[in-house]
Amino acid sequence: MSWFQKLKNGLGKTSAKVTGQLSSLLGRSKIDAASLEEVEDALIAADLGTQSAMRLAASMRKYKFDGPVTSESLAAALSDGITEILEPVAVPIVLRDDARPHVILLVGVNGSGKTTTAGKLAQQWRSEGKSVMLAAGDTFRAAAIEQLQIWGERTGTEVIAGSQGGDAAALAYTAIEKAAAAGTDVLIIDTAGRLQNRAELMDELAKIVRVIRKLDDTAPHDSIIVLDGTVGQNAISQVKAFREVADVTGLIVTKLDGSAKGGIVIALAEEFGIPVHAVGVGEGADDLQAFTARDFANALTGTSD
Amino acid sequence: MFDSLKDKLQDVFSGLAKRGALSEADVDAALREVRLALLDADVALPVVKSFIAKVRDGAVGSDVLKSVRPDQQVIKLVNDALTEVLGGDAAPLNISTNPPSVILMAGLQGSGKTTTAGKLALRLRSRERKKVMLASLDVTRPAAREQLRLLGEQAEVGVLPEVERETPGQIAKRALQAAKLQAYDVLILDTAGRISIDEALMAELRDIKKLTEPHEILLVADALTGQDAVNTAEAFHNAIGVTGIVLTRLDGDARGGAALSMRHITGCPIKLVGVGEKQDALEDFDPARMAGRILDMGDVVALVEKAAETIEADEAERIAKRMAKGQFDMNDFLAQIRQLQKMGGLGGLMGMLPGIGKMQKQIAAAGIDDSMIKRQEAIILSMTKKERVSVGLLNASRRKRIAAGSGTSVQEVNKVVKQYQDMSRMMKKLGGKSGAAAMKAMMGGGMPGMGGAGGGMPDMEALSKGMGKMPNMPGMPGGLMGGLPKGLPGLGGKPSGKKK
Ligand SMILES: Nc1nc2c(ncn2[C@@H]2O[C@H](COP(=O)(O)OP(=O)(O)OP(=O)(O)O)[C@@H](O)[C@H]2O)c(=O)[nH]1
Ligand SMILES: [Mg+2]
Repeated sequence: MSWFQKLKNGLGKTSAKVTGQLSSLLGRSKIDAASLEEVEDALIAADLGTQSAMRLAASMRKYKFDGPVTSESLAAALSDGITEILEPVAVPIVLRDDARPHVILLVGVNGSGKTTTAGKLAQQWRSEGKSVMLAAGDTFRAAAIEQLQIWGERTGTEVIAGSQGGDAAALAYTAIEKAAAAGTDVLIIDTAGRLQNRAELMDELAKIVRVIRKLDDTAPHDSIIVLDGTVGQNAISQVKAFREVADVTGLIVTKLDGSAKGGIVIALAEEFGIPVHAVGVGEGADDLQAFTARDFANALTGTSD
Repeated sequence: MFDSLKDKLQDVFSGLAKRGALSEADVDAALREVRLALLDADVALPVVKSFIAKVRDGAVGSDVLKSVRPDQQVIKLVNDALTEVLGGDAAPLNISTNPPSVILMAGLQGSGKTTTAGKLALRLRSRERKKVMLASLDVTRPAAREQLRLLGEQAEVGVLPEVERETPGQIAKRALQAAKLQAYDVLILDTAGRISIDEALMAELRDIKKLTEPHEILLVADALTGQDAVNTAEAFHNAIGVTGIVLTRLDGDARGGAALSMRHITGCPIKLVGVGEKQDALEDFDPARMAGRILDMGDVVALVEKAAETIEADEAERIAKRMAKGQFDMNDFLAQIRQLQKMGGLGGLMGMLPGIGKMQKQIAAAGIDDSMIKRQEAIILSMTKKERVSVGLLNASRRKRIAAGSGTSVQEVNKVVKQYQDMSRMMKKLGGKSGAAAMKAMMGGGMPGMGGAGGGMPDMEALSKGMGKMPNMPGMPGGLMGGLPKGLPGLGGKPSGKKK
């Protein structure tokens, strides 16, 4: 199954709503206020947030429909609007040739999918013939190290690990040293989940970044926030806080194989212009897909490609 | 200056409705704000719609508490309704008297089931002295069983040993058997996270339920969840019949609208909340706190509550009666000044009133502030008991003494006396009129704290008159003077503001 298909399966429910609810506007060539509100509601229900939803819905007013508005043409128009917003942020991770290792730091709140994503990323680059190492930077949560080690086995990737309760920054330091010594292409550092309003935990993360930079001041080359696809408006506060502390450069959205729509990505693109690298669409090693604006927009609005 | 102030005041308060019952327009205006607040808090759209419709029906036509704006009162009504919906039938965990009592944990991936299972085990062991066993049926996520084993050791409870290559169903059976044989009181079953649209995995959950007949089926949900909360709640509830909800990550800064969504969809109580990563970070659910967090209009709610709490109905009624009889003396005047202070003084009062920013500047410019209220209070307190009931006694030398005693000037003492006299003259004229009419007229006279002091001041009496033309001067002592009817209408009688 293609990721678009998977995403579409998940988003199927919303798509039905976005187009299904709008029976009132059928047959008209322009969108009136009442149907505008319906569009807005449908977008809010997809987690765009009130502001992005209102903006996007309002932009439909100016949209030139050829002929009467149908649910298909409206969905297509919305898809156009969303694509336009997301296109500039749909950027893959580009490994740097001059960095050995290219250091990737995964950050985010608890349970968002960091460890799984670490495994999936390892799998992706392994299959491209790159040498990869994983670093078990979550020294806090019970069995977090074992969890990453299992991903190491699954993907044939070496895992640098310390002990639970150890110093995460020191572990990151050791991992970079080891990866550099071995001439490893990519080092993926997993970190403990932390809520962005917990100052002491965010300080710890800042320390990890500082220590990494002692070895290589261009690292981490990608600092990626992993967002749970079911998250609501709090994602904005998450991105803001992690950007400040860990200089986040991009994001990966997970669990889009579920019923959540991930519309928050649109709000995040508008607010921060932050690159979206990939989406997680399952629990398997291969369930990570590049993010493409049109596919996402089509899936969210139920537009067929 | 005065003209422009009057204009500004008028446009600040234009559009505000009359007192009495809440009109549809008041309610709709306020509910528009509430709708956005709820959506921004991630309450799911269909839930917002039905909740607002319900509140609207109840709010239209209900009485407005004097001294607050109608829309503020609606927000307070919403807050109370929210509290009620969230916690109407708060229920403790259902632990069977016929052990082992089975608790099944279910939810999406990463929602916090395993951590919560550990916390729950600790709580039941240490607080309720139960013999608890943990068993993980999560054969999907790497090291999930290892995680639960570690948490179990930490909580000092039993953990079902891991056996390779068992299905979740087989583990469940084995766990139940072990719990029976070893006389455990409670068996907590952790399950793998699953997306709600995966039919096979939901069927697996149904089988586990059939097999173990749990006394509690807890849906563990992340407080950071957005609109998807309804889908999740619906899917899990339909599949396995949830009996309670646990909301995790409430130590975060999310507004947590998912709580309302899930509660509304399942009709199940929110039994517990997770507030941290440590094992003791599991608390009982507090509906009032949750409502405040979701609505995030604490200022307005606090304003209305304060108005309801501070203006003790008895006191207000007593003053109203004395007014009607023309017995208003300096003591009553003092009581009113103090009421104003209790409500946080002018600053506190105005800070809580949206849209009053414009006026605040003017008032500051005019030198009306809390220190002036304090000075007026000091002046009255420097009067003897006799002087306070018979103001006629206040000759020049007495006034000098009072000024010295209160650290003010004779001029200021004169002002206070004049304000009092204006007020009591009007009282007599109004004797027998209704409270509302009396109050309205009062606004045209002086108000404590607004009397103005010192020379070079703008004509504050005229300012007061300007206010008097406005039918609904929010939060101002006019409301106090009008006297409150018994039982504080519109607030259900109980001051629900008793915060912990
Ligand atoms: N369906 C689905 N599940 C996912 C996806 N990504 C992660 N998960 C699951 O989400 C749960 C949490 O993932 P983890 O990778 O452990 O998350 P984490 O951010 O490392 O969690 P902590 O380290 O505890 O903060 C696991 O059960 C994963 O299998 C995804 O794209 N789709
Ligand atoms: Mg992890």
